[in-house]
Amino acid sequence: MLDDVDRRLLRLLQVDPGRGVPDLAEAVGSTPARVTRRLDTMREAGVLLGSRIAIDWRALGYAVAVSLRITLDKTASRAFDEFLVAARLVPEVIEIQTFLGQVDVRLSLIARDLADYQRIYRELILELPHIADIEALMNVATIKADESLPL
Amino acid sequence: MSLDDLDRAILRALVANADQSTTRLAAKLGLSQPATWRRIKRLQEAGVIAGRRLQLDAAKAGFGVTVFLGVKLATKGRVSLEDFERAVGAIPEVQSVEHVLGLYDYRLRVVARDLADFERVLRRRLMTLPGVGAVEANVLLSEERRPGPI
Repeated sequence: MLDDVDRRLLRLLQVDPGRGVPDLAEAVGSTPARVTRRLDTMREAGVLLGSRIAIDWRALGYAVAVSLRITLDKTASRAFDEFLVAARLVPEVIEIQTFLGQVDVRLSLIARDLADYQRIYRELILELPHIADIEALMNVATIKADESLPL
Repeated sequence: MSLDDLDRAILRALVANADQSTTRLAAKLGLSQPATWRRIKRLQEAGVIAGRRLQLDAAKAGFGVTVFLGVKLATKGRVSLEDFERAVGAIPEVQSVEHVLGLYDYRLRVVARDLADFERVLRRRLMTLPGVGAVEANVLLSEERRPGPI
C-alpha cells in the first residue's frame, strides 16, 4: 500500500518524470537513499512502470484524429480476439481499448488529412473482422490530456 | 517535420521507455552519444516529442475504475462551451477532455477508486457541470498503446 510520502513522490514525478532523486528527497524532507528505496519498492510492486515520451502527431503531419467506437458481432465466439489481432496491424491505430458498456472496442486513429482518413477507414478499418457497427467521433480540440492520477 | 530511419528508431525506443540514458540509447542504435542527443533535441524543438509522461499502474495505485464518458451539452454557444471546459478541466478525477464532433460534444476520461467512488464523482461533480445534457458511460476493461506510424 502507498503511504503519504509515496503519493507525494508520485505526484512530483507525474509533474516531472525526469526529476532527480536528490531533488525529490529534498522536496519530501527525506534522504536520497530512502527515496531510492521507496521508488524501488514501488517499481517492484508494479505501481511505478517508468516513463514514456508523448508524441505530438500533428507535428509529424497527422492533422486528423478520430475515435472509432466499435460494436462487435458477439455471436462469433472469438470475435474480440480476432478483431484485436487484426486491429494491431493497422499502423495508424495508436490506442486500443476494450469496454463494458454500449461500446465494445474503441480505436484511436490518426490520419494525415480527410482523404487519408477515408483511405484508412475503407481499406483497413472496414476490413477488420466481426464489426457489427462503427461510430466515429472526430477530435476538434484536446482541452486536457495530462492523464495524471489524483493521488 | 520529416523523419529518417534513425529518428524513427529513437522515437520507438523512447515511446517504450523514456527512462534510458542517451548513452544507452546511442549504444543500442550504433550512434554516438552527442549525435543521439542532437537528434532528440531536434525532435523536441520541432514539437514531435511533446513531453515525458510517468507511467503508473492505475489499479495498483488505488484507482481501480476508469470510465470514458460521452457528454452532450444541453445548451450550446460560446459561453456554454467555455464554462463547461473550465469547470470539467478542474475536476481532479477527470484525466482528459476532448472536444469532439459526432454523437457527443465531449469525451472525458475519468478515474475513480471503485464503482461507488465513480458514482460519487458522476453525481456530485460531473452531472452538476454547467450545461450537461445526455451522458453515456463505458467502463474500461483493457487498454494498449500502439507505437503508431513511425
